[in-house]
Amino acid sequence: MKNVKKTRRRDFITYGMVIAAYLVVQALLDTGHISNSLKNQLIPICVYVCMAVSLNLVVGILGDLSLGHAGFMSVGAFTGIVVSMSLQNAIPDGIVRLILAIAVGAVTAAIAGVLVGVPVLRLRGDYLAIVTLAFGEIIKNVLTNLYVGADGNGLHISFKNAMAMGMGLDGKTIINGPIGAVGVTKLATFTAGFILILVTLFITLNLINSRSGRAIKAIRDNRIAAESVGINITKYKLIAFVVSAALAGMAGALYGLNYSGLAAKKFDFNTSILVLVFVVLGGIGNIRGSIIAATVLTVLPEMLRALQDYRMLIYAVILILVMIVTNNPLLRSVTQSVVKKLKAPFVKKKDAAPAEGGDSNG
Amino acid sequence: MIGLISNLISGVSLGSVYAIIALGYTMVYGIAKMLNFAHGDVIMVGAYICFCGINYLSLPPVVAVLLAIIACTALGIVIEGLAYKPLRSAPNLAVLITAIGVSYFLQNSALLIWKSDPKVFPSIIKLEPIHCFDGQLTIGGVTLVTVLCCIVVMVCLTLFISRSKTGKAMRAVSEDKVAAQLMGINVNRTISVTFAIGSGLAAVAGVLLCSAYPTLIPTTGAMPGIKAFTAAVFGGIGSIPGAMLGGILLGVIEIFAKAYISTQFSDAIVFAVLIVVLLIKPTGILGKKISEKV
Repeated sequence: MKNVKKTRRRDFITYGMVIAAYLVVQALLDTGHISNSLKNQLIPICVYVCMAVSLNLVVGILGDLSLGHAGFMSVGAFTGIVVSMSLQNAIPDGIVRLILAIAVGAVTAAIAGVLVGVPVLRLRGDYLAIVTLAFGEIIKNVLTNLYVGADGNGLHISFKNAMAMGMGLDGKTIINGPIGAVGVTKLATFTAGFILILVTLFITLNLINSRSGRAIKAIRDNRIAAESVGINITKYKLIAFVVSAALAGMAGALYGLNYSGLAAKKFDFNTSILVLVFVVLGGIGNIRGSIIAATVLTVLPEMLRALQDYRMLIYAVILILVMIVTNNPLLRSVTQSVVKKLKAPFVKKKDAAPAEGGDSNG
Repeated sequence: MIGLISNLISGVSLGSVYAIIALGYTMVYGIAKMLNFAHGDVIMVGAYICFCGINYLSLPPVVAVLLAIIACTALGIVIEGLAYKPLRSAPNLAVLITAIGVSYFLQNSALLIWKSDPKVFPSIIKLEPIHCFDGQLTIGGVTLVTVLCCIVVMVCLTLFISRSKTGKAMRAVSEDKVAAQLMGINVNRTISVTFAIGSGLAAVAGVLLCSAYPTLIPTTGAMPGIKAFTAAVFGGIGSIPGAMLGGILLGVIEIFAKAYISTQFSDAIVFAVLIVVLLIKPTGILGKKISEKV
């Protein structure tokens, strides 16, 4: 009983943190205290938080390194854009279209997740990582050569060029090959992003705390032991992988509907890596850490804008230093003892001490 | 038929560049068990240094190439010492992220130093093309030099690894770090040497790559880096002949896919072949099968 309460309390803190952050930002927005450049970052922050949380499900909870998460994001983004743009006349209400786009984005990304997951999850370790990377590149390559248009007769798809779609005269190109999506109506709002974070958190945290979640963690900690107590490895690995892909698809749909134009090359290897950096810096397996890291690291380059050309250089140095410092055995033991001492007066019950981080398996 | 041979030759040539890069990945992986994502950017640095040596210092090409090799070797040692050495006992992912940090660092330093406008790499290989079959088949000088370089590198490296004392130490460390240390091998020095050799090879690859595709920008190394990394995995990561085989196969597949299937989807085809190979042989073509102990 005690254990259940502890995880639940921890989850409530996570939800509370997100809601509080939303309220504070919303208040600042209303009073005009947020600069324009930061305002433009609000929706990407929400998207990256969702991406980081969903990737953490694979990297932290399932324990498999995925380097192609941006691929699922792009699948979600492009289907989201197609859904929203092709239904523009049928459903005039923006919010309904946004919800529909996110839902369809999630479904297609989940299908992509199954297609990728079934072969990939047979592999292990670095080989699995490289295959997810390869799938990410394939998805990017295919989407770069995708042409989608809509006219009175419905959707037209081609992999050759815009002419090959054979649209009627009233036809409108939605996705134009390497140029990407063009003329997209922006539907994403900060509130929608906030709700998406809550939905992502709800799905992720419930999965982690469920019977399936425990099975997934058991696979991570010891695959052979898990298998020998009758856990179906493939099934649970696939569950984690597909849920993660679907969540990335949702985030992607929101991202796609935040810009008037979007090219597939935006979702390259670097984007996958960016999200992985959030997960690792936030703490592997630590959902709350992912949220904080995604927020801080999306805002950080903006904050460093004053340094102009040097900002990405400083970002890189910070990244390296943080990794070295947090993994230094001497420093680690020092900070741990300091944290313990600081916490000591507040900790009444003995079991509350190893709160967060206990989940991370390194 | 001539077309096929011509494509095969350009495939082998491109594959040779991949193979030289893949050697750097595979050696570092074999010995330090880490994916060195910054390797692709060392290629770019090497190419830039060679470019500067020729254009600004007007050095003869051979000296400029040597300068690039020396600089990259030094760079490899410095990167290893500053960024990776402190993380020797850290979890794999932490090292991976650090490598990505180093990659960002190199790319952005290059952006600051050399700016984002593309530089045209000078043609330093001035070898007459060879004509065969009554001039139906032309083999470019760059192609020839690339393949020759690859063969030389492969032979030298194999001899070095199998015969020299340092090579022996490298094999020992990659087999079992602790046992190697107990035998009196300086593990840290051996890892440094591995990085030095890998980075020196990266400089060679950078010069060859830019001789074939002369546009030089700070992200030049990124995509060949990923492809070569794929090649290393393809052949079985950690295995030196595997990297060679993987690199050449990848180059041939890429050129054939471009020539006979689709130019636009060549990347997708290359990666799809990789996936199929890994599904059939989960540890690559020449990779060792790892048996799991309970």
